[in-house]
Amino acid sequence: MLKIDLKDKEKLIDPLFAPLNTGFKAAVGLLSLIIAWGGFLYIRQLFYGLGVTGMGRPVYWSMYIVNFVFFIGISHAGTLISAILRVTGAEWRRPITRVAEAITVFALLIGSLQIIIDMGRPDRLPFTLIYGRLQSPIIWDIISVTMYLLGSVTYLFLPLMPDLAIIRDNMPENAPNWRKKFYTILALGWRGTREQWIRLEKAIAFMAVFIIPVAVSVHSIISWILASTLQPGWHSTIFGPYFVIGAIFSGIGALFIAMTAVRKVLGLENYILQRQYRNLGLLFITMNALWFYFTFAENLGLATGQQSYEMPVLAAKLWGTFAPTFWLMVALMAGAFFILVVPSWLPPQKTKLRYGLPIASTITAFMLVVLLATVRMVPSSLLFLQTITARTVLWVLLVLAIIGILAGFSAWFKSNPIAAKVVASTFVVIGMWLERWNIVIPTTTHPMLAAYGSYTPSLTEISITAASVAGFVLMFIVFFKLFPAISIWEIAEGRVMEQAQSIVVIPQPEASGD
Amino acid sequence: MAKWSMVIDLDKCVACQGCSIACRAENNTPAVAPDQAEMGRAMRWNDVFPMPINPTEDTGEYPNVRAEYLPRPCMHCENPPCIKVCPVGATFKDADGIVEQNYARCIGCRFCTVGCPYSVRYFNWYEPKWEGDMILHLNPDQVVGPGVLEGPAVRPRSVVEKCTFCIHRLQKVHAQADAEGRAFRADEYVPACVQTCTGKARFFGDLDDPESTVSHLAKNTRAFHLLEDEGTHPKVIYLREG
Repeated sequence: MLKIDLKDKEKLIDPLFAPLNTGFKAAVGLLSLIIAWGGFLYIRQLFYGLGVTGMGRPVYWSMYIVNFVFFIGISHAGTLISAILRVTGAEWRRPITRVAEAITVFALLIGSLQIIIDMGRPDRLPFTLIYGRLQSPIIWDIISVTMYLLGSVTYLFLPLMPDLAIIRDNMPENAPNWRKKFYTILALGWRGTREQWIRLEKAIAFMAVFIIPVAVSVHSIISWILASTLQPGWHSTIFGPYFVIGAIFSGIGALFIAMTAVRKVLGLENYILQRQYRNLGLLFITMNALWFYFTFAENLGLATGQQSYEMPVLAAKLWGTFAPTFWLMVALMAGAFFILVVPSWLPPQKTKLRYGLPIASTITAFMLVVLLATVRMVPSSLLFLQTITARTVLWVLLVLAIIGILAGFSAWFKSNPIAAKVVASTFVVIGMWLERWNIVIPTTTHPMLAAYGSYTPSLTEISITAASVAGFVLMFIVFFKLFPAISIWEIAEGRVMEQAQSIVVIPQPEASGD
Repeated sequence: MAKWSMVIDLDKCVACQGCSIACRAENNTPAVAPDQAEMGRAMRWNDVFPMPINPTEDTGEYPNVRAEYLPRPCMHCENPPCIKVCPVGATFKDADGIVEQNYARCIGCRFCTVGCPYSVRYFNWYEPKWEGDMILHLNPDQVVGPGVLEGPAVRPRSVVEKCTFCIHRLQKVHAQADAEGRAFRADEYVPACVQTCTGKARFFGDLDDPESTVSHLAKNTRAFHLLEDEGTHPKVIYLREG
């Protein structure tokens, strides 16, 4: 019989056996509806062929591939936080490892599914095993993603095992029979003996080290799928590290959002503390800076080389058809950087700010949007606005306004650090999806020896994307209805260690003789 | 073993697109509706388009324009980027250096279509369809074997297809030579586009034979390859216009 702290039991185990509330039912219902609609459209796609998408020649790859790269990127949250922090012995990791590892598994499942959705002949999937050519990056990808998925599931399960045993021994009397069996089977006979602990710690330590190179390989290989072609904009050596950094970056973003959701919904304010947000935030800032560095490096070569096939791709991003998504991505990432860094420079506030500032800034932003929309829609008769000078002035005004708005928000972000992290993470997650878009679509639309194409996603693609996101969220909430959101034993272990450390007496310096 | 190669003399090409039509009839390439063609889903194993296909400032404007027409079959590269990326070996180079596509093997991942710098590979977005009685007039030639479906055989949905240098014609002439108990002659094998060419701008033959027409033309000072810098070593050789 394993013991548990009563407070932990109340916060982490009892909610698992509480009757389903309306919010949960509504969320599951809504998500299932979105998934059902996406599923229906996928079956329709299977029936008719990929013609139901917006793809054509030369845009042979599009939104599904964007989603694939994006979701696999998100999956890097788990490895990074869990494995790297475990290996380096960072104590603050304890409350967030479970959430991080769960993100990995679910994002990987959804991500790999995108490839199957994108395949013209999913019925021939076994051919990749029967006739697989090791020279093809797709086979590398299948190998590394499969290994990563199996590794991640193992890595999620190992630290879960003692918790399952704790639940088995501490669940309420009135728990349904199937759940009693469920936890008993999954706990795999965990008794918490010394031998078992040693084995578990060894296994976790091995997996933590093992999974880091696998994770790095996964996103490198995804980038090499693109980089191993001759296509302008893709044929680049920087893609491997660029994608890995981007993956970790978006992964931390997803982790912030997920851990805040878990914290709010399950009321875990006493477990996930400001400390986790602060430390992870520092990592987030680092990744943000690295991301800017890599993005700059990626495009600098194209810009200075100005080669006849590569320059049009860059031009499309900088001022062509992809300028809106490209600059929105840059703005979101810069905004996230601002939100993460600037508020910490402000002097400490004595009182908590009310909503005055955000409301004022929102109104300013709205006004600006109206202004810009007017400029866009004004007919050419109003020539003053069409001149380059006028446009430049407007752009400068816009940039100044954005800085002003962010400065206005900074004070609010300062007093709400968790909200700040969530807003920055939302920016980053959207920005990273756009980044994948800005990498895949401009190149496929600008081939070397075919007429430039254009691409608009069809309803099928948009619905399947929505269903994928919904599927990710659904797996997440169902998982945390069955398993504790925080590693109970690791938290307990942390407490013991902290206690032990707190009673260490630091010797006073000896008084000098005279 | 031969090294089949095609020479296209741009001086003689009149851009009549006869090669495209001959190819379509020979290889049973389905036509698509105009709205589908608009989305880039037209199949043109042998395409004819103005060069540069994406005009730049240097191309100029009418009447001061620098443009020419370019017929474009598959380049049948000696170092084909499409083959390197195929995960299942559905596209491969045969002993004669022809880059082939096995419709029975293709999984429809479209890595090769993205990998090909010449964009010569096409994907069956829908089940191929023919208007009215056209289905009765398909080319009956087929390259079919266990797990193999190639050449003009009607393609299933969601696989990639491409120019094969009319591989079925090569098989036919080989079979005929065998049946007649004589050696196969290189000049018996000619793809449909070469046979039909109005301006007699296309030549076909074995590059390994130093006396063949293509070998002589390949040494011409006007000879060049498409995207020579990419290191693909195409076996379709162009003779520059002018």
